[in-house]
This record gives sequence, C-alpha cells and structure tokens, in this order.
Amino acid sequence: MKLAYWMYAGPAHIGTLRVASSFKNVHAIMHAPLGDDYFNVMRSMLERERDFTPVTTSIVDRHVLARGSQEKVVENITRKDKEELPDLILLTPTCTSSILQEDLQNFVNRATMESKSDVILADVNHYRVNELQAADRTLEQIVRFYVEKAKKQNNLNTTKTEKPSVNILGIFTLGFHNQHDCRELKTLLNQLGITVNEVIPEGGSVLNLKNLPKAWFNIVPYREVGLMTAVYLEKEFEMPYVDITPMGIIQTENFIRKIETILNSLTTHSEEQASSKIYNFDKYIEQQIIYVSQAAWFARSIDCQNLTNKKAVVFGDATHAVAMTKILVSEMGIRVACAGTYCQHDADWFRDQVWGFCDEVLITDDHTQVGDMIARIEPSAIFGTQMERHVGKRLDIPCGVISAPVHIQNFPLGYRPFLGFEGTNQIADLVYNSFTLGMEDHLLEIFGGHDSKEVITKSLSTDSELNWTGEALAELSKIPGFVRGKIKRNTEKFARQNKISNISIDVMYAAKEANS
Amino acid sequence: MSQVVQNLEEKNILKFECETGNYHTFCPISCVSWLYQKIEDSFFLVIGTKTCGYFLQNALGVMIFAEPRYAMAELEEADISAQLNDFKELKRLCLQIKKDRNPSVIVWIGTCTTEIIKMDLEGMAPRLEAELGIQIVVARANGLDYAFTQGEDTVLAAMAARCPDTTVPTALPSDLKDNEKNNLAKIERKHPPLVLFGSLPNTVVNMLTLELNKQGITVDGWLPSQRYTDLPALGEEVYVCGVNPFLSRTAMTLMRRKKCKLINAPFPIGPDGTRAWIEKICEVLGIIPTGLDEREKKVWQGLESYLPLIQGKSVFFMGDNLLEISLARFLIRCGMIVYECGVPYLDKRYQASEILLLEKTCKEKNVIMPRIVEKPDNYYQVQRIRELQPDLVITGMALSNPLEARGITTKWSVEFTFAQIHGFANSKDVLELVTRPLRRNMLQKINTKSLVKPIK
Repeated sequence: MKLAYWMYAGPAHIGTLRVASSFKNVHAIMHAPLGDDYFNVMRSMLERERDFTPVTTSIVDRHVLARGSQEKVVENITRKDKEELPDLILLTPTCTSSILQEDLQNFVNRATMESKSDVILADVNHYRVNELQAADRTLEQIVRFYVEKAKKQNNLNTTKTEKPSVNILGIFTLGFHNQHDCRELKTLLNQLGITVNEVIPEGGSVLNLKNLPKAWFNIVPYREVGLMTAVYLEKEFEMPYVDITPMGIIQTENFIRKIETILNSLTTHSEEQASSKIYNFDKYIEQQIIYVSQAAWFARSIDCQNLTNKKAVVFGDATHAVAMTKILVSEMGIRVACAGTYCQHDADWFRDQVWGFCDEVLITDDHTQVGDMIARIEPSAIFGTQMERHVGKRLDIPCGVISAPVHIQNFPLGYRPFLGFEGTNQIADLVYNSFTLGMEDHLLEIFGGHDSKEVITKSLSTDSELNWTGEALAELSKIPGFVRGKIKRNTEKFARQNKISNISIDVMYAAKEANS
Repeated sequence: MSQVVQNLEEKNILKFECETGNYHTFCPISCVSWLYQKIEDSFFLVIGTKTCGYFLQNALGVMIFAEPRYAMAELEEADISAQLNDFKELKRLCLQIKKDRNPSVIVWIGTCTTEIIKMDLEGMAPRLEAELGIQIVVARANGLDYAFTQGEDTVLAAMAARCPDTTVPTALPSDLKDNEKNNLAKIERKHPPLVLFGSLPNTVVNMLTLELNKQGITVDGWLPSQRYTDLPALGEEVYVCGVNPFLSRTAMTLMRRKKCKLINAPFPIGPDGTRAWIEKICEVLGIIPTGLDEREKKVWQGLESYLPLIQGKSVFFMGDNLLEISLARFLIRCGMIVYECGVPYLDKRYQASEILLLEKTCKEKNVIMPRIVEKPDNYYQVQRIRELQPDLVITGMALSNPLEARGITTKWSVEFTFAQIHGFANSKDVLELVTRPLRRNMLQKINTKSLVKPIK
C-alpha cells in the first residue's frame, strides 16, 4: 500500500479510453462499477466536447459479484452495436474487472459472432501499466488488429503514394495542446511538400487503418504514445519513423533534417532519377528560423540576455520535460538546476536525453518529492505540470505549465501549439512571461515587499495629508513604473504608522528597511 | 369512455419504473470531499486503487491542492494477491497519518476493490484502534452498491454506531437539589431530545436550528457534528429526523441499533418543504407550530422575481444524486412541469412523506405527475429528451455539454449537492441555480439551434 494524495498519470483504462474515443465511430465499453465513467466528465468538461463521449459501462454490481457477468457484457456489446452502429467496440477492463478474473476474451469472442462491428478486448494490465503506457499499447493493438484483418481480406494497401506522404501517430484526446500541435505539424509538412496520409487516433477512422502502409514514413511527435505503433509498422512494412519531437528551434531543425534523410534514402532506393530527386530543406529551415520563428531573434535580444544563467526547474512527462530542458539551456542560456519526469517507465531514455543539460535529474511520481526539490533549489521559475504551478504559488515562484496533467485552462480556444516554428514563439512567450513576473516580484522585494496582506486604501495612489518632498518625489520617479504604485503605498503606510507627515528620502529608505 | 377514465386515473398516480441502471453518476467515495471539511478533526483514508484516486483528484479539482485531510491508501499488485499483510500495511499508513495530522478519527472508506478481495476492514479496525489509540470508523462507500451522495449515508450510518448512549438514570436521585434541577430542565424543554442527521455547512445548520428554536424546539445535536468528539448522544427516548433524502441507511441504523424514533418528514428543501419539515417535527413532538404560514408566504414573495421565468416550463431530471424527488416537488410548486424524475435509488419508506407531498403538490397545481425512473438508462433518457424537448434538463457533467450543443438547455446536477439549498432562506439559491441557464438563454443572442454536425 502506498499513501497517495495526488498522481501524475492516471490508471490504465483512462489511456485506453482516450485512444478509443479519439477514433471516429469507435465505442468503448468499460467493465466497471458505477461511477467509474468519470472519463466522460473529463472529456466533456476539459475538452468541452460537443458530442456524447462514446464510452458506456457494463456495470459491475453485487449481482455480477455473485454470479459473474454472464450475459451482461455480451448483451451490452450487442446493444451498442445496434444502437450506435460503431465500426469497432473496444471492451475495456478496469482495476475492478482485472481482479474479478472473468474471461472477458470469451465474451468478446461470443459478441463478435452476434454483432456487425468488430469487437476487441483492450490488452492492458491495470496493476502494471499507467495511463500513458496503456494508451501506447491500445493504439498499437488497434492498428495491428486492422492491419491483420486487411491482410486476411487481401485489401491491405501497400503501394506507396506517388508523392512523399506521412502518418502522424499519437495525437489524441485530452493530450496537452495536441489539437494545436497537429495543425502546426500539418502546416509544416505541407510546406515541406509532404502530404499527410493518416492522423491517428484523433479523428481517424479504423476503416482507414489499412491505408497506413501507403505512407512513406511515420512521425511520432510524442514519446509517450505512438512509439509502439511506429515500431510495429517498421517491423511489418519497413516503414521508417521520426521520433524526434519538433519542440524548440534546434529540435525542429533536427526533426526536419531527419525527414530529409529518410526521404533521400527512400528515393535512392526507388532509383528514380536519383540526382534530381534529392531533398534539401536547408533553405526552408533558414527562412523559418529568420522570418517565422521569432525565438531565434528573441534568444539573441537583450531581453533574453537578462535571463542568462537564471535558475529553472523542469518537470513533466518525458517528451515535454526533455524538450523544455534543451530549449532553456541551448536556446536561452538558462540554467536548469533539475530536470525530472514522472514517466518512470522511460527513465533511462530521459536520463540519457538530459545528460549534460542539467545539474540533477529527478525521476519520481511522488509530487511531494518534486515540491521538496523545488523548495530546496529555489529556482527563479518552474516549468512543470498543474501540480508544480501550485507548488510555485505556495513558494512564490512563477510557473509555466508545459505538460499534462492539465486543467481546463490548458485547453485554450486560441491557437497555442508547442511544436513546430509557431510553437517556438509560444514557448518563448511562456518562458519570458514567467521570468519577467519573477523579476517584477524581485523588484517589489527590493523596494518594500508585498503589500497583499494589508490594503489601506482602495485606490492606487492616495490623496492624503502626507506630503512628499521634492527629492523624495524625484527618487520615487526613478523606481520602475510597474512597481512605483506599490512602493508609494508602502512608504505612505509606513509614514502613517509612524505618524510622519513629511516624506523625505530618509523616510523612503526607512520604509524599505522596515518592510524587508 | 373507459379509456378516458383510465387516463385520468393514471394522471393521478405516481408511476414508478425501473430501468437498466446504466447511468452516469459520481462514485460514492466523493463524499470525503465534503465530509472532511465538515468534520474538522477527521481524516479520511480511501482504501482503493489508482482509479479511485484519479477520480477524487479530477472530480474535486482544486480542493486537492489545499492539503486536504484525506488520502488514498493505494493498493498495489502485492496487496491484491495477498503477498502483503493488509493489517500491517494499514497500520503503517495509519501510524504515519497519526504522526503527521493527529486526527480524532480516521475514517476508512472501503471501495470496490476491498469488497472484491474481501478485505476485512470491519474486523481489522477495532484491533488497530486498540493498538494506535485512535478511533477508526469503517464505511463501505463503493460503486458496487451505492451512488454519489449515498456515500455520506454509509459514513453517517457507521458513525451513528459510535455516538455515545444517552445515560439512563439508574437510581433515584438522593439529593433533592439535583432532583429539582432535573425537573427544571424538564420544564424548560417541552419535548423529548431531538437529533438531526445529515451533513450540512455550518451556516445552514445554524439556520435550521434557529428555525426550530422559534417553535420552542431545542436541537440536542447533529450527526455529524462539527467535531468528531462532539457526536450527539443517542438512545431510546431520542427522536431523530433527516435533512437529506439520501440518508436511508443512517435512518435505519438509528432506529434499529440506537433505538431512536424516526420522524418521517419531507425534506427542508424549498419553502414548502421546509415548512412541512418543521410542521412534521412539531406534530411528532407535540408542539403547535406558530407563524409558519406567514413565514412561508414571505419567502414565496421573495421568490416572485424568479417565478415568471420558470412557470409553465418543463424539466427533466436525469437523476444522479437522490435529491431529485425533493427538487421536483419544489419546482412543481413553483409552477414547473416535471416530465421525468430519474433517481438512482428510491427508498419508498424513508422518502414516504416526501413522495406524499409530491403527489399532493401535483394535485394542487393540477399538473401531470412525473414519471419516476429508478436506476435510469442514460441512453434511453436521451431518446426521451429528444422527443419531449424539455425546457430544462438537470443532468451530470458528462452529458451537459453534448446536450447544450444540441440546443437543449441544461443545469449541472452536481451543483445542487454543493450549493446551500436547505431552509427558507436558501430557497432563493435553488431558483438561482435553476433559472441561471434560462436567464443565460434570454441574454445570449447567438442564434444557433444546434452546434453539432448533422448525422450523415
């Protein structure tokens, strides 16, 4: 047993449901007790989803405990088959059903005979994998199922498209800025002259999965989900894949270069006018870095100079924490005191990636450990999840949210990709805003501390009997504008408390001293 | 002719139905979120899996950040396969809780998993209690048996057993002075002791207590009290009355185990409900209520600005928190028409007075009786909503947005659980909630009936 207050990654079935409900016309049936369907709430509230979440529960109650599910699961599957006419029904086990040890595969076999839709059992063990691992596994399972089905029916589409094309694997519901990232990736690929063959699972149809081999290669933007599928497709069809996350200027460039290499290797294979078909994206990259992404210029500007060697802490899922660490260090000159992830199953990869970029590495899924680390290091800014944002609030350290677990605020209506060249702009804003807030706070400290506890007057400046001397006023005007009001109020508060009516420079500094 | 008569008869009888039970509701462990706040010296330990923890973390949103006095005892594979000793594991965690928080009571919430692996929580608690010197209350608030608010019911039923017994005088008092004192006390209070049960915010507790004081009734205690150490004394002569419709187990425990006498009244939701509640308590305790007529009238006057917004409008309760019958009754009194009243579970004995009042209200307002659907099926309900096109659907958060996108106005049912809705003064809050989506509709001028793609 483990005493736990909060967790970074959810239970396995959440991952399975996220994949299932991202596909079009796929229905998931959970074998679970009443109340376990809060996934529907999350999807409906966080994603503000307009459609009914295609997840129902085959409810496990006392009767099921006593007699087993018997006909119930099969009935529920065939009922959904008739009601919603889905292409695929995915029976999803939960923690409860996994200890009941009912033969769910048997139910699936029986239901398959009676229903028009395909029926499969999600192959995840609640006690061994978390949300992300389960999502990765489920995506691969569905792809494998349909590829094999197509093979049997002899309608697998293995002829490559005429022009270079690609599958994007791993964009799905409740993912951190996934929708925006997907749009950005499509734009980027389009500009490279590459067509997008299939995007899965988000908005994809399982009936189109047989077309996956048509693409020249695959892209896995996020480390957590899609990698298994990419590896499977590579083994099965020799499809190469790009697993570099195009987050940040350098990584986006690496991503494009990798695509370049793949395209060139593929075309020389086909021996079609080898010389004329050589892909070269040098110019494109240069253009983008100079004119589209402002991040390279930002890195050079004096704004960013002020950030040099400032201390930061990074924590999140493996993909985002690694990318963010590299951006902060290599692109902005910020010192990452600690980089960490809660993806314990991917710890080796994480360590390997951030090696040389940070002072220390923290691999844990215990949020109190992360909180303690932040308190010990006292960074100028944190880049983490919603939990770290809260830690930051308590310790008065600004925090930029860079990774799930997320909040409704992390599903913005406006366009906010983290990937690609537009993504670099968004990240630069996020980083800069976090640090300037920190600077502002710092200046407040220098000139008299927070006044959030006692507000003496409602208005910003007070028309009072207090009299500022000319010198003091001149001194006041030297203080940066955005903190001037607060300094003025603090000084006046001090003067009032000490029954001083004439505010001179001396009084100002006495106030500052009293407040510090 | 006979058809017409039959129809008329049908119109005048409440119809109870039961569907498949495939509906959306919160897991009963959610009760820890309000109970840990209510009982200040408690600590709630939910013994379950990641699924339970993730639910609490997501359903209760930001509350988790406020260092709550609740935690998960997360079961791992070794616990499930009994490689670890449950007792030792729980002892280790409870020791840590005692060290960190030092609560007066630790409430163990049993979940589906502890049920299935048959973890003997009730057996272990007394042993550990003795070893740790800290009270441990066990409540089985699991999704196998209960829905949402029924979680509170299981906790309160378990706590009822821990209430001290009212001391029964064994010998005749020898000292006359004491005897006089006793007599004086008896004269001052004109009725036997009264204990109310149901967890309410303290302001509401005070309000309802004052309301009864006005009738000369003393409230001797509440279950739960603000502190665990102040649980009320219970015994044969004590009268008890519930404030919420979902407390049937607690009521039963109080009657059977503590021998208390239950006052079966409608629930104090809405001015009509509050009045009926007070009247019933007065009636049982032999007190003639005064000034209730004017009091109720005045409250209704205060609600006048809301009533035109809802009069003649139709409501559909999908059902998820057991407050449905009481709310439906109040809204019918306000002039609304209730098509369907879904409810997870209906204890017809515990809710008897409330059901009677609902029938009476329908007759008086001359409206069709709502169809009461126990264990509803959300899929069928959505079909019925499509047909009926009600003006307002009261439903959970899983279905709100999809229904809104289809041009159906909704109100989240969960808000009724967390808002203050009891007593005369809070009637306004109920209507504030009910009318909010309707007022929004009047203000917003975006003209789209549906915001979803038509089905091809």
